[in-house]
Amino acid sequence: MTRKRRRLWIVLGCGLGLGSATALALTAMRDNLVFFVSPSEIAAKAPAMGRDFRLGGLVEAGSLRRSTEQGRPSSRFRVTDGTGEVSVVFTGILPDLFREGQGVVALGGMLPDGSFRASEVLAKHDETYMPPEVAEALKKSGKWNPTTGKPPAAATWNTLEPGKPVGG
Amino acid sequence: MQTSPVLPARGAPARSLHRFANPGRFLRISGRVLPFLSAAALVLTLAGLGAGLFLAPADWQQGDAVRIMYVHVPSAWLASFGYVALAVCSLLSLVWRHPLADLAAAEISPVGAGFTALCLATGSIWGKPMWGAWWVWDARLTSVLVLFFLYLGHVALVRAFDDPQRGYRAGAILALVGVVNLPIIKFSVDWWNTLHQPASIGLTGSPTMHFDMLWPLAVAALGYTLAFMAIVIARTRAAVLERRIHGLLMARAEAVR
Repeated sequence: MTRKRRRLWIVLGCGLGLGSATALALTAMRDNLVFFVSPSEIAAKAPAMGRDFRLGGLVEAGSLRRSTEQGRPSSRFRVTDGTGEVSVVFTGILPDLFREGQGVVALGGMLPDGSFRASEVLAKHDETYMPPEVAEALKKSGKWNPTTGKPPAAATWNTLEPGKPVGG
Repeated sequence: MQTSPVLPARGAPARSLHRFANPGRFLRISGRVLPFLSAAALVLTLAGLGAGLFLAPADWQQGDAVRIMYVHVPSAWLASFGYVALAVCSLLSLVWRHPLADLAAAEISPVGAGFTALCLATGSIWGKPMWGAWWVWDARLTSVLVLFFLYLGHVALVRAFDDPQRGYRAGAILALVGVVNLPIIKFSVDWWNTLHQPASIGLTGSPTMHFDMLWPLAVAALGYTLAFMAIVIARTRAAVLERRIHGLLMARAEAVR
C-alpha cells in the first residue's frame, strides 16, 4: 500500500465515523430540531401550561376574525393540520403573507381554555411561485381555492401563458 | 516534510492528476481561459438579474419582493457548491499533497464566505416583510450560518501558522469535517419542519415555479457559477505568482548574503 493510498483510507475512515456520529446525534435530537409543533401533536401530548413554544399549521378557511382591542389590531383564527386544530388569539400586526389557507408559525403558550395566546405570528411561504394572472386563472377555472388547499400539480400550470384561460 | 511536486509518476491516475499540479501549466491554461470566463460570467449574471428584476412577473402573493430570489437563490447554491469545491481541493491536498490544491483551497474560502454572506443578507431582507422576522433559528437558517462560520474558520486557520504547509493541512481537515453540514443544509427543510420553504426545483418532479420566473433564475445561477469560478481562478493565479515572487526574493536574499 502506498502512502497516498493509506492517507486516502484514513480520510475515508474518518469521514465514515464522523458521518455516522452526526447521523446518530441528529436522530437523537430530532425532537429538538423541529421549529414548530402541529395541532395534532398538541392533541396527542398536551404541552406544559405557561411554557412558550411554536405552533405551526395552516390558517383554517373561514376562521379568521379581525377586531380592534384598545386601538390595536387583534385577530382570532384557527390553525389546523388536517387532523387537529387549535384556536389562536393574537394582538398585533400580521405579516404580509398572512391569509386563510396560508401556513403560519405562532410563538406563544396555551391558555387554560385550550386556546393559544400568540405573542408573535410568522407567515410561512410554500415552494410555489406563480404570476398573479396564472393564480387568477387557476382560481377562475375552479382548479384551486387558495384558502382551502395546495395548488394543483406544478406541471399543470408552470408553463401556462399568463392571460390565457386554463385549458382542459 | 513536504515532498517536491515533481514526484516520479506511478501509474496512469497519478500521472493524470499530477499533470494539473504543475503551476506553470495552470498559469498558461488559466490565462487563456480567464478572459472568456469572466466575460461570460458578467454577461450571464447581468442578463439573469436584469431579466429577473425587469422582465419576470411578480408573484401572486409576494408581489415584487419575489425578485430578491434572483439574488438570493443563486448565491445560496454557490455557497454550497463552493464548499464542495473547497472539500475536493482539501482532499487533493491531504491525500495527494497537491500543491496547487493548497493554494486553491485558501483562495476558495473567502469567495465562498462572500457568497454565503450575500445569501444570508438577502434572505434576511426578504424574511422581514414576508415572514415577519429578520431571522429565526430554524434548521435551514442555522445550518447556513454554520456554513458561513466554517468558511470564516477556514479563512482564519489557513493563515494562522508561520509555516504555510501546516496552515493548509489544518484548513483541509477543518474543511473535510465541515462536509457533514452540506447534506444537513440540503435536507433540513425535508427532515424537520422549518420556517424556510422546501426546494422548488428538484431532480424529480416538475418545478413548482412558473417558467417565466424559472429561466431568469437559471441564467443568473449559471452566471453566478461562472463568476465564482472566474474569481477563484484569478485569485489562485495571483497566489501562484505571489509564491513565485516570494521564492525569487528569498533566492536573491540568499545570494546577497
